[in-house]
Amino acid sequence: MTLHDTLPARAPQQDTPPPAKESGKVGGGLFDPKQLLKSLPDAVRKLHPRVMVKSPVMFVVLIGSLVTTALAVTNPGDWFGWVITVWLWLTVVFANLAEAVAEGRGKAQADTLRKAKTDTVARRLTGTSEESVPGTDLRIGDLVVCEAGDIIPGDGDVVEGVASVDESAITGESAPVIRESGGDRSAVTGGTKVLSDRIVIKITTKPGETFIDRMINLVEGAARQKTPNEIALNILLASLTIVFLLAVVTLKPFAIYAGADKQTSMIVLTALLVCLIPTTIGALLSAIGIAGMDRLVQRNVLAMSGRAVEAAGDVSTLLLDKTGTITLGNRQAAEFVPVRGTTAAEVADAVQLSSLADETPEGRSIVVLAKEKYGLRERHQGELTGAEWVPFTAQTRMSGVDVDGRKVRKGATGSVIAWVNERGGTVADDASDLSYRISESGGTPLLVAVEDADGARVLGVIHLKDVVKEGMRERFDELRRMGIKTVMITGDNPLTAKAIAEEAGVDDFLAEATPEDKMALIKREQAGGKLVAMTGDGTNDAPALAQADVGVAMNTGTSAAKEAGNMVDLDSNPTKLIEIVEIGKQLLITRGSLTTFSIANDVAKYFAIIPAMFAVAYPQLDALNIMRLTSPESAILSAVIFNALIIIALVPLALKGVQYKPTSADRMLRRNLGIYGLGGLIAPFIGIKLIDLLLSLLPGIGH
Amino acid sequence: MSSALAGLLQLLALIAALALAYRPLGDYMARVYSSDKHLRVEKWIYKAIGANPDAEMRWTAYLRGVLAFSAVGVLFLFGLQRLQGSLPGSLGFKSIDPDQAFNTAASFVSNTNWQSYYGEQAMGHVVQTGGLAVQNFVSAAVGIAVAVALVRGFARSRTGELGNFWADLVRGTVRILIPLSIIGAIILVACGVIQNFSGIHEVGQFMGGHQQWNGGAVASQEVIKELGTNGGGYFNANSAHPFENPNAFSNLFEIFLILLIPFSLTRTFGRMVGSVKQGYAILATMAGIWLAFIGLMMWTEFAGHGPAFQLAGGAMEGKETRFGIAGSAIFSVSTTLTSTGAVNSFHSSNTGFGGGIDMLGMQLGEIAPGGVGSGLYGMLIMAIIAVFIAGLMVGRTPEYLGKKIGTREIKFAACYILVTPALVLGFTAAAMALSTPAHSMTNSGAHGFSEILYAYTSAGNNNGSAFAGLNADTQWFNTTTGLAMLLGRFLPMVFVLALAGSLAEQKPIPASAGTLRTEKPLFTGLLIGTILIITGLTYFPALALGPLAEGLAS
Repeated sequence: MTLHDTLPARAPQQDTPPPAKESGKVGGGLFDPKQLLKSLPDAVRKLHPRVMVKSPVMFVVLIGSLVTTALAVTNPGDWFGWVITVWLWLTVVFANLAEAVAEGRGKAQADTLRKAKTDTVARRLTGTSEESVPGTDLRIGDLVVCEAGDIIPGDGDVVEGVASVDESAITGESAPVIRESGGDRSAVTGGTKVLSDRIVIKITTKPGETFIDRMINLVEGAARQKTPNEIALNILLASLTIVFLLAVVTLKPFAIYAGADKQTSMIVLTALLVCLIPTTIGALLSAIGIAGMDRLVQRNVLAMSGRAVEAAGDVSTLLLDKTGTITLGNRQAAEFVPVRGTTAAEVADAVQLSSLADETPEGRSIVVLAKEKYGLRERHQGELTGAEWVPFTAQTRMSGVDVDGRKVRKGATGSVIAWVNERGGTVADDASDLSYRISESGGTPLLVAVEDADGARVLGVIHLKDVVKEGMRERFDELRRMGIKTVMITGDNPLTAKAIAEEAGVDDFLAEATPEDKMALIKREQAGGKLVAMTGDGTNDAPALAQADVGVAMNTGTSAAKEAGNMVDLDSNPTKLIEIVEIGKQLLITRGSLTTFSIANDVAKYFAIIPAMFAVAYPQLDALNIMRLTSPESAILSAVIFNALIIIALVPLALKGVQYKPTSADRMLRRNLGIYGLGGLIAPFIGIKLIDLLLSLLPGIGH
Repeated sequence: MSSALAGLLQLLALIAALALAYRPLGDYMARVYSSDKHLRVEKWIYKAIGANPDAEMRWTAYLRGVLAFSAVGVLFLFGLQRLQGSLPGSLGFKSIDPDQAFNTAASFVSNTNWQSYYGEQAMGHVVQTGGLAVQNFVSAAVGIAVAVALVRGFARSRTGELGNFWADLVRGTVRILIPLSIIGAIILVACGVIQNFSGIHEVGQFMGGHQQWNGGAVASQEVIKELGTNGGGYFNANSAHPFENPNAFSNLFEIFLILLIPFSLTRTFGRMVGSVKQGYAILATMAGIWLAFIGLMMWTEFAGHGPAFQLAGGAMEGKETRFGIAGSAIFSVSTTLTSTGAVNSFHSSNTGFGGGIDMLGMQLGEIAPGGVGSGLYGMLIMAIIAVFIAGLMVGRTPEYLGKKIGTREIKFAACYILVTPALVLGFTAAAMALSTPAHSMTNSGAHGFSEILYAYTSAGNNNGSAFAGLNADTQWFNTTTGLAMLLGRFLPMVFVLALAGSLAEQKPIPASAGTLRTEKPLFTGLLIGTILIITGLTYFPALALGPLAEGLAS
């Protein structure tokens, strides 16, 4: 393995930042109360029955509002009927508002994207000549030419040439990227701009279905379909709604028999029904889903389906590429090991000298190590006059410098030994041994030799090693506590892989991995009932990306990879897979917590409304009025008002997501059950009482 | 010794006996339903009915078996009652009217055993022993079979097959119910329960006057009445009758029989899904609710106000002095929390709250511990609902026992929980809205309402106990309670088996640290909360107008 072979195949777009400690707790941006006002028109537009029927719970509330409105109109003198009617309408509008606010945040992003998608003129190649056609007329397989300043007219692969491209329209990243034919950096996206050179692009998607089109649909929520869990939850909520509908409808004959006919007017029964059915979660359910997708978008990840986001929460095996995900992209010098008879300082001095002109990350790390660990004064290339730099070539597999009659070389073990032997020098007995030991420990040895007045000899070995990113071990420990297994994928030999795997703390590794191996591993895990997530960028990753339950394609990758995966990371940062899993979990937790809260709320509402309806018929039932609410009217009204206001109060939580910290299921359940279960029991008792106190101050309701 | 202390000691003895039987019986039942060997007598039965006991059934085939077998049962029982007048050994009783015959046939086939007739004045030996007692065995065996099919749904994977209904039915009868009944009947006879085929005796009464007593194969019917959570008494007075339940010991033994199989089935469940701890969690949920209800019942029955209560040491009206308040309280809670419906005291005479506790016990779906089989599957459905909500709260697609609770599963569970509230509240509302049914009430006000609410609660949940006071032998009540019993029994079974089929097709998901631990106390607490809020709250308004209004008034 040569020094240059150790470079990653793909130049990292940017240095991957160390994993954010705060991830998972980061919300989806701040919630601005002004958004409520701005989204109000949208919320009112959503009152259309065809839109409302999608949420069975809120549809029932809409019908209830219509019924009470009709009743209030027929009996205009009944202030109570009017107030209930107003609050029922507000309940519906608040629910729509939650959804509208969630959608509104995607709209802004969609507008930015639309700007990029201006109608472009494409220069289509026909045989040898060129013709100008509108971008919308392009068909799959067309070849188009783009030169500096052109907007790329559609998604495709570069088939000829190399160019720098400004992709800030989709990634928000201003630094240009290189796109070239062949290899894994050939994909270009319509709407991005060529900054230099000339490329020929083969169009791979139909107009209207391009990446940018799909992105617009996604962030706007137009393409949003209900996810499996959301459908299941909707079924449960619908069945609860039916049960409560039964309980309320059948109550009328019971009440007539009990002599509480007057107290159980249609308006009161409608109010009771709306209070009992799970309106809180029914109102917020779709906002939670939209906000979940939005949280991904804010992290520059595009999920092609909500199903994928949910699957991310269920993932139990993560396949992580070593390079760029677990380790920094490059190897770094960790140690200078002298052979017998020399000192580390001597080695350090020689390698610093030889690396001054070496601009590779490995070379730079040698200079840094020499300074930091061995206290060598930093020398600069310019200080050495008459130095002759020997660049690395694939033939010599060495680099170095000739200066002041001294020749220093560093490089692959075999080459350097050959170089020394050639010059009749001595190779220390332990040189090979040291090299082997470094290899065994997962590192890469670089032999250092010198030829000066004392003849040619090996000085020592540079230990290059993969540097595991900071905080990765803790991250993997966290994942383990969440029940997620991590598997490191690497092309390294098993020895190297094992050493890095141990250092990083992953659960397992796949060494010398071929795409087939990856595929087999995914299938094996899935056969055991596990859901697998992975990242990939190359065309040869595409089958595995398609097979994985969550396949995150890097935006720098080929269009085949992007097509195969169900998410695209615009930052091309493989570490983000972990955040995606957390966002998926957070989405489910938010749904579950608010459902629990919503159902637990019912207890207090019963205690408010039942005595209000029946205390006239059976005075002893006033004992159930444990909140000591002022009057039957104010009790029912307070419950309805609480029911409506709690929706608005929970909108920020629905958008931001319930706080999520990676921990075991047991702890998470205890925590969320405590907050949303117990809290859901207690909160409405307090809320209804407070509203009742306020209402009792109003003339006509209070005594 | 105070009667409260006596009650506590009885309770402890009962718990100890149940605990002793739990493991051996639960393990034995697991072996019965997992074994691939057939007894000789079973082979004869299979040959006679032309069934292949080794053929695996998908859920649809299993359901067809359940429904076909039960339909034949209803028709046979209906015919037998209609022909009673022309059959020998009928003690001279005439044929039963069509509406009552339908009601009784539906009642015994659905394991409800609601009785709108007076046993000793209407049913002869042939119908009692050849019809009703047979259904006592097989309707119980059907219940266990369906529960076992659901458990297999959890235990199996990548197959739609749930076992063989005929094999499960026959084994449950031959290997579990009959042997236990023989032992139980001998103990009951030893306690003084009668077992003969003698006719009607006319005896002089203590205070003058005459009374008719008839004999019968009572012990053999009594034992399966309790063991199969049936509840249909040989005599109208049911387990309050000295021929059915002569003394305090037989009383405790009968309660033991009621609870024996429903509790032990949680062990069978744990064994069959490969984790007895999961069985313990379900057991803890059932036992927790059962104990809490007994505590509440004892409290309200001992703490009655007024001079009559104080003289008697509690609410003694409608209770047998030989059982006392505690013996009656434990019995009535156990009978309403299972689908038994046998009574040794009159629930109508309980305090207002006491009657409410009985009703709530049934309204929770009779799942603590519930009827034989039906209690287990009812509880597992609630566990699925609880897992679904809690599972979301831990950030994963909910799963229970390694199976995902997805759209299909929640659909069946949601349909299941809709059935009984619809039947109970729907029929009660209809009865209250129409003018004739109300004539059957003996009382007015909240208590009168309770009579009707209780009747449909009992029928819809397949309990069969009566509040007393309601004249249920009218065409309206015979028809509507009959429908409620049939729909309340077989509609849920459709959803349970469909669910079982769906679960059996899945591949199992291995447990990890991210999996919700359903064998922990936290989950048990959550499950109890789910049951109380989702099922219990549905009935809160109705209960407020009946037992609560009555209980709060005193």
